[in-house]
Amino acid sequence: MSFVFLIFLPLLAALFIPLLFKKVGKIHTGWFVLAVPVILFIYYASLLPTTIDGGNLVSEFQWIPSLDIAFVAYIDGLSLLFTLLITGIGALVVLYSIFYLDKHREQLHNFYVYLLMFMTAMLGIVQSDHLITLYLFWELTSISSFLLIGYWYTRDRSRFGALKSMMITVFGGLMMLGGFVLLSIMGNTYSIRELIALAPEMATHDYFIWALVLVLLGAFTKSAQFPFYIWLPDAMEAPTPVSAYLHSATMVKAGLYLVARLTPVFAISGTWMWLVAGVGLFTMFWGSFFALKQKDLKGILAFSTVSQLGLIMSLLGASAAGYHIDNIAETSFMYAGFAAIFHLINHAVFKGSLFMIAGIVDHETGTRDIRKLGGLMSLMPISFTVAMIGAFSMAGLPPFGGFLSKEMFLTAMLSLTEFDLFSMDVWGILFPVVAWLGSVFTFIYSFYFVFHTFAGKHKPEQLPKPAHEAPIGMLISPVFLAILVIVIFFIPNRVGDWLVKPAVMAIQPFLYNSPSEVDVHVSAWHGFNTELFMTLGIFAVGGLMFWTLHKWQKSYDRFPDAISLNALYDNLMFLSDDGANRFSMLYMTGFIRSYLVYMFSFVIFILLGTLYLTEAFAIDFTNLAPVGFYEIVILIALVGSTMTILVSKSRLTAIIALGAVGYSVALFFVIFRAPDLALTQLVIETISVALFLLAFYHLPQISRKEERMRFRFGNAVIAVGVGITMTLIALSSHSQKAMPSISEFYKETVYTEAGGGNIVNVILVDYRGFDTLFEIAVLGIASIGIITMIKLRLSKKEGQHENK
Amino acid sequence: MEIIMSVAIGFLFMAAVYLMLSKSLIRIIIGTGLLSHGAHLLLLTMGGLGGNSPPVVADGVSISDYADPLPQALILTAIVISFAVTSFFLVLAYRSYQELGTDNMDLLRGTEDHE
Repeated sequence: MSFVFLIFLPLLAALFIPLLFKKVGKIHTGWFVLAVPVILFIYYASLLPTTIDGGNLVSEFQWIPSLDIAFVAYIDGLSLLFTLLITGIGALVVLYSIFYLDKHREQLHNFYVYLLMFMTAMLGIVQSDHLITLYLFWELTSISSFLLIGYWYTRDRSRFGALKSMMITVFGGLMMLGGFVLLSIMGNTYSIRELIALAPEMATHDYFIWALVLVLLGAFTKSAQFPFYIWLPDAMEAPTPVSAYLHSATMVKAGLYLVARLTPVFAISGTWMWLVAGVGLFTMFWGSFFALKQKDLKGILAFSTVSQLGLIMSLLGASAAGYHIDNIAETSFMYAGFAAIFHLINHAVFKGSLFMIAGIVDHETGTRDIRKLGGLMSLMPISFTVAMIGAFSMAGLPPFGGFLSKEMFLTAMLSLTEFDLFSMDVWGILFPVVAWLGSVFTFIYSFYFVFHTFAGKHKPEQLPKPAHEAPIGMLISPVFLAILVIVIFFIPNRVGDWLVKPAVMAIQPFLYNSPSEVDVHVSAWHGFNTELFMTLGIFAVGGLMFWTLHKWQKSYDRFPDAISLNALYDNLMFLSDDGANRFSMLYMTGFIRSYLVYMFSFVIFILLGTLYLTEAFAIDFTNLAPVGFYEIVILIALVGSTMTILVSKSRLTAIIALGAVGYSVALFFVIFRAPDLALTQLVIETISVALFLLAFYHLPQISRKEERMRFRFGNAVIAVGVGITMTLIALSSHSQKAMPSISEFYKETVYTEAGGGNIVNVILVDYRGFDTLFEIAVLGIASIGIITMIKLRLSKKEGQHENK
Repeated sequence: MEIIMSVAIGFLFMAAVYLMLSKSLIRIIIGTGLLSHGAHLLLLTMGGLGGNSPPVVADGVSISDYADPLPQALILTAIVISFAVTSFFLVLAYRSYQELGTDNMDLLRGTEDHE
């Protein structure tokens, strides 16, 4: 079976959603949608045995063969792990949303169409082996995220958040595309697998560092790394199932996926390691530090997600160290890659459940403001238990999955101090220190989240709705995830063998040939070592600081908002908006004259410029027609009538003078042996003058009162410019022929080919018959326009409305 | 002759542009009329004004004696099209004056808050 088409299954299903929503309104649309991720999950889970042994599958579908663009679904340990997360968490989120979103009040068809679109996009990212289609799916996730954040589009905050996430992630996406193009130039291929094989040769290429930085920009914006994380807190305006799915479990991990996938390409570079590990770790600290400032439950979770993504990012950066180590199995460097993937799974599980709990609290109490909440423990016991399990796992307490991966994180960070390349031996000590600080704050905000919501004093008077436990359907998904958190703690090595090790092999193919070579054994207890003491320190310091939180939390408010990254974003947006508006208003004046001035100036500029640059100007005095008496007379009449028009104050004089110009032109046609033209011109000119007179009867006198001297002078300058330009063009075009005229062809063949004698007429009706047909069409359109305008009567009401 | 014609064409274009830049709708329309006359003469001059015989096949006339038929065909088309445009323009002016009560281009620029 070509499983590449399965990527598009959700998109295909999305086609039927509006229909189901309209026709089968009694059943919540979510039940139909639920089938999609469930089917996909079961199918993809059946591929697990292949990847557990280190195997991979490829399925291909040509899209634009001439440009070498194809959909290539490549399934190995890493992409299968992400695929299972997308479909698995997806199924739970859809189930949860069925109870979260009311089928009568919500625009369910919009919601599920966007969600399914996102699912396709996400599957496409993690399975694409082709860089261009990966980019395509990447941007599709940005778009569906935009639509989902703006789902409640009547709210200002939703639209603001949607736009912000779009601006930042699409900016990153475009940078990433640049990086991809550079990669494909260096490697002469779009295939990631082939690029990995070429990695050592590319490292010395000039573009290598640029590709690296650009690709990282894409990954960092998507995965909300410092300083691009600012879109994620604002994305929390999305419905909670979306936050749980896109903004914690899947989409924001696309950046991690990209970094993991391309580690074999870039690991050779010290810049890569420093940037990924450094930015990641700093983000981890920053996010956890500011999570405590938040008052909104989802805001805390957003910053916590930023922080956890940073943690995983730093582990991926550290895993690049393995590239430079010979005997990895005997060192502690081997933990980083494993820890990254292991924590990624843990995070998806516990953060998904926490988001769902935040949604439940919001749904059942009507607020997410942590200052109003408290004492819900007895009212919502199940939710409390789930929240506690998730938060303790996040804080790194046993017996929950997060404890194991947090320990390995500390091990990996400690190992960096022993790394002796890229100045790590000097600065490496910073890594465990910052990691430890970040972990302390993680511990505090985890407790803050649970206990300030569920413990303390109940404040029913501040809640919009009386609090009660959520309906059972809404609890299924979070409870399931909470159970998983505990299960992972007890069977970490099963998880490791099935999911983590195959994925690690994809990140570090330079170290391992099969997943079984990844020699990591996870255990909860590994003796009294540095990691254990660090963990104990985290518990002690974190506990103490949480205890005194009320004393020092207020100091967060002293951070001025004016110099925050958000203010920078707002200012940039305002400046570009306002600047662009001002700039276009500068020249888009609304006066027709301004536009005509631009056009005429441009004509002068371009034509004279071309004449000058191509040295095309020439006057040929040799081959001239003789100057005759009649010609001069007509010429004087022509110039005289034109002058009359220019100075005339009466409309009648101007019209008659225009007629005189027309008749002079007709006489020119007679003299220059163009009888057909002369006839046509005479007829047309007569009708024109009649028409002018008819219309002018209804028109006002020519008024030039409002035209000042400066205005007229400016016009005159441009007019003279155009006149001179046209004279020069006429002279040069007559004086030189770049190629022989095709007129000879017509002259020679007119009788033999077309059987006519009047060459001009034969050209019009025979050689260029279609042109004449279209000319008639133009006349027809003009006459229809004229009739319509004469019949048209604007109602007064409409006219007034236009002016308001 | 071509050189004199070139100057005359330039003059016609100059007058046309000057009229089109003014504020009065009538002058703009007259300007477009002049512009098309200028363009016709330009086409004619480009092809050369020589030729002793009109481009109608006749016995005893050698091919090189015919005036150039190609510019003439182009001009014939242009005359008709410019007539269509001019009449459309005229009716537009007439109707907008009737509806809006002015032919001053500055007052015809739409509402202030147009964006």
